[in-house]
Amino acid sequence: MASRQNLSHAFEIQGGDFGKAGCVSLEIKEILRDLGIDPAIVRRTAIAAYEAEMNVVMYADSATVMLRLNPQGIKIALDDKGPGIHDIELAMQEGYSTATDQMREMGFGAGMGLPNIKRNADLFELKSTIGKGTSYKIFIDLGSEEKT
Amino acid sequence: MTLSEVAKLLEAEVICGEQYLDQELEFAGASDLMSDLLAFGQPGILLLTGLANTQSVRTAEIIDAKCVVYVRGRRPSQDGLELAEKSKMPILSTKFLMYKACGLLYSRGIRVTGDR
Repeated sequence: MASRQNLSHAFEIQGGDFGKAGCVSLEIKEILRDLGIDPAIVRRTAIAAYEAEMNVVMYADSATVMLRLNPQGIKIALDDKGPGIHDIELAMQEGYSTATDQMREMGFGAGMGLPNIKRNADLFELKSTIGKGTSYKIFIDLGSEEKT
Repeated sequence: MTLSEVAKLLEAEVICGEQYLDQELEFAGASDLMSDLLAFGQPGILLLTGLANTQSVRTAEIIDAKCVVYVRGRRPSQDGLELAEKSKMPILSTKFLMYKACGLLYSRGIRVTGDR
């Protein structure tokens, strides 16, 4: 089992693979739960990771995800290769979505994903380059289980 | 109310997780939109949905739902069923429509967390 003091774990996500959408986030959740992290923090981390993972599956070609844990908190750095986000400010608004019918049939694409990452994270940084991809930096403070 | 009593109330078939139906239930949430459940679903809820793909079970697992009830006689996909069994997540299937299933649970005191 990984040490709670110093954990680092890398994952890959394949864009368009709806069959496996969410598998990485469930794995992250299991790792954190096995380490004995507070369930409320595990849940917030899992939700933020899942929303980001679904964005990759829906919009990007692929992504690498790095999960890091130190005594202060949990860091998730996700870098995708894809079209990028044209207007981050607009994309952060609840209800704004460019989802296709297939995405909506899967129960997603309501324009809630990015705002929900922000809601669950203590720090959320989103950067995007058109035609190259998007990077998500999510930080959850281990002392902040009461956020949501 | 226990999950076992929920199954009787909704005349539901227990698809998996019969051994976990002694859990007490206080809250429920209902939607076919996983985005809404991720944003507003609280831990420990019973999740009612008509969306019977793997994503509904994955979403339930992510938000720490206690049980998934498929309405309109829907049943989980094979992947969803395997995940539910691995996650010890009971899955029920009722022939009732979403509105009736929600109404029955609400009338027996099952509420929405935060009373939203």
